Amino acid sequence: MSEYKFKMPDIGEGVVEAEITAWHINVGDVVEEDAPVADAMTDKATVELTAPVSGTVVSVGCAEGEIMAIGADLVVFQTDGEISTPKPKEKPTKPKPEIKKEAPKPVQTSTPKTNAPVAASSGAKPLASPAVRKAAMDQDIDLTQVTPTGKAGQITHKDLQAFQKNGPTLINRLYTKKTGSTDIKVVGMRRVISKRMSASKKHIPHFSYVESVDMTTLEDLRAHLNLTRKEEQAKLTLIPFFMRALVKGLALWPQCNATFDDEAGIITQHHGIHIGMAAQTPSGLMVPVLKHAESMDIWQIAAEISRLGNAAKSGTIAASELSGGTITLTSLGLLGGVVTTPVINRPEVGIIGPNKIVETPVVKDGQVIIRKMMNISSSFDHRVVDGLHAAELIQYVKGLLEHPATLFLD
Amino acid sequence: MSEQITCNVLVVGAGPGGYVAAIRAGQLGLDTVLVESDRLGGTCLIRGCIPSKALIEAAEKFEQAVQNANKSSEIGLCAGKPTLDFKKTITWKNGITDQLSTGVSGLLKAAGVRVVTGWAIFKNAKTCMVGDIKISTKNVILANGSTEVALPDLPFGGAVISSTDALDLTEVPNKLAVIGAGYIGMELGIAYAKLGSEVSFIEAGPRILPGFDKRLTAPVTKWLKSRQVSVHTKSYAKKVATVNGKHILTYTDKNAQEIKLQADKVLVTVGRKPCTQGWGLENMAIDMDGPFIQVNNKCQTSMRGVFAIGDLVGEPMLAHKASAQGEMVAEILAGHKRTFNPAAIPAICFSDPEIISVGMTPDQAKEQKVEVTVGKFPWAANGRALTTGTADGGGFVRILALKSTGRILGIQAVGRHISELSGEFILAIEMNATLEDLAGTIHAHPSLSETVMEAALAALARPLHST
Repeated sequence: MSEYKFKMPDIGEGVVEAEITAWHINVGDVVEEDAPVADAMTDKATVELTAPVSGTVVSVGCAEGEIMAIGADLVVFQTDGEISTPKPKEKPTKPKPEIKKEAPKPVQTSTPKTNAPVAASSGAKPLASPAVRKAAMDQDIDLTQVTPTGKAGQITHKDLQAFQKNGPTLINRLYTKKTGSTDIKVVGMRRVISKRMSASKKHIPHFSYVESVDMTTLEDLRAHLNLTRKEEQAKLTLIPFFMRALVKGLALWPQCNATFDDEAGIITQHHGIHIGMAAQTPSGLMVPVLKHAESMDIWQIAAEISRLGNAAKSGTIAASELSGGTITLTSLGLLGGVVTTPVINRPEVGIIGPNKIVETPVVKDGQVIIRKMMNISSSFDHRVVDGLHAAELIQYVKGLLEHPATLFLD
Repeated sequence: MSEQITCNVLVVGAGPGGYVAAIRAGQLGLDTVLVESDRLGGTCLIRGCIPSKALIEAAEKFEQAVQNANKSSEIGLCAGKPTLDFKKTITWKNGITDQLSTGVSGLLKAAGVRVVTGWAIFKNAKTCMVGDIKISTKNVILANGSTEVALPDLPFGGAVISSTDALDLTEVPNKLAVIGAGYIGMELGIAYAKLGSEVSFIEAGPRILPGFDKRLTAPVTKWLKSRQVSVHTKSYAKKVATVNGKHILTYTDKNAQEIKLQADKVLVTVGRKPCTQGWGLENMAIDMDGPFIQVNNKCQTSMRGVFAIGDLVGEPMLAHKASAQGEMVAEILAGHKRTFNPAAIPAICFSDPEIISVGMTPDQAKEQKVEVTVGKFPWAANGRALTTGTADGGGFVRILALKSTGRILGIQAVGRHISELSGEFILAIEMNATLEDLAGTIHAHPSLSETVMEAALAALARPLHST
């Protein structure tokens, strides 16, 4: 009998630690070589760690959800007899963990010429006594931004105070050369976004289609409805109307209200219409899903949008409200833009992105008139949605929006 | 496993870097453990700065007594021939190191630091074993220090001794060969010359004390000549052989001639190297910078939560740099905003006379094409230097200032006991003092510090006590 310590392996360049997201073994289990023991999630990927030897699990290095450093004892096995040293699964390359680059230090162009070489010899730093340097650091003041008034060009406590009060002088603010770069580790929501976006673009052959829509009549209707709305009714934006149009259109083109499991090779056309709404939150992009849009009138949709938006922004939204979409609506709202090429929220197969309404001269009946025009951008998964059908859907939606009474007629 | 310790801060090495880091961390309320295999104090307290200064002081006093006996005392002091109880000298020296080591222990205790005695071996970046004690920590401060470099052909042992050994000899060697005339070899060689050894330096480079410029080392060279200490430059030690109980050092001189030199002890002081072996550094996934551990200006290594300070992270390998870094890292761990960003780090050689260098030197100014003014004031013109008998050694203070603004960029000096002036030098530079600041500060008379003011006046081209 002997003991074998399975060290947390180096699972990727630059990785120094990993989160053990799941254990597949318990203490006391008899484990065969190469059987999965744990799932480790790093900033980059989740990998399955397999047993390097056969044996009985004596102890495990941490609980689920805890972080293990590379090289720490992951699992201790009791093995039968002598074990041959297992070959490392991966090259034992030394992990090269992140080194924090120093924050870039802007170089003042207005530094007196004579100071430059001296500054270089003493580490290119502005002149200030140790006490001033400490005070600046405590207050997060970059001394290169402070205008020195002290003798021999040094920064005094007074200069720091002036800087605190007034900020950098205009000349320094406008014409400051900046060097260096800032590395930001991709973690948390940004990591999820990054993974999802890559997966979408990697798997889905997108095609985009843009049409322009005359929103003048709808805007009149919306203004009227908002003027006459009841106290308890939420103010109407354009989104409920778009959703209503989608509800009607998707009933006719069900191939666009679908999810595609490309690994299993199954397209699922959904009977309910669950519309994801891309929303920017303080921590990044989130897509709350408005469920069963087909079951709501325009006011109910407006109220539900408002509720989901607030929950997403405040971080109180339930996980179930962030999944299960069958199509996504993404709008930059007032920010505008002429055209977008939105990225499909996999495994959905379509995404609709209305652009900004712009008063535009339009030729109608031989006359140039001013109309409130808006583009609708869209992307579809060309593996499962044919161009003709997508175009038909968008044209149908355009017709509904331009003749808003039809939004509410069956 | 007998015990498991979990802590916030683990400091490895109780030298001037590690113990200061531990004290500060403890003071700031961090749960701190300090591991040291030897007594507290590290190289500096136990086998470096402090014991060597004790030996140098003893040697100085003995030499004065010898001068009194052979009627060469200018003061007119006459006394009988002194004898030296060298064992007692060493005991006295050990008493000083004991006292300091005990003091460090008390300071650590007062700061609430737990000291574990033993050799830490890291299993990974955050876990180490000290004997059968397992220590798991959130943060690590590596302060393992440095050790003497041995010459491949002259390994330590027998007649070949290291600087550590040289501080614990049982008797003063009649003939001492010193390989390497850097600051460690020079300090110890001069001390033994004063204690009566016949000292020879074997130096591979073209001159002694390569860290200081020639004008600064000239007074030391003059002193060595006056004491008949031989200095062989561009010479390489080859081997030590023992013939009929006598140790013979063979070296090649500047003409590539092989020379044999009889010596009772051969002291090898060819430099120090960081201690990076034998404690599991390889298990910590830390990036190196040549022989040193790579750190940024917060002393952070490439592994999160692992810091390294002092001799481990590069030149200058000086105690005061290590302490400053240790203090800073402890404060960073307590959430303070700190970076290691000194304007200069002073360097002192306790030769005879002593040499200080702070900041930019004239050679560096030339190299970097910085327009400077230089002011120099000789100790021969200072009253206090004359009354203490320190004026005749060729000592001087030299100040280097930026020509355009008069800001002081560097101060170097050579002279007996001049190390005590280093505080004013480094303060002037850290505070961005100008020549006018130093010249306009009333310096007490009579004192050696007046020479600093006078050097500033000289740089301003209006010297009062020199021409």
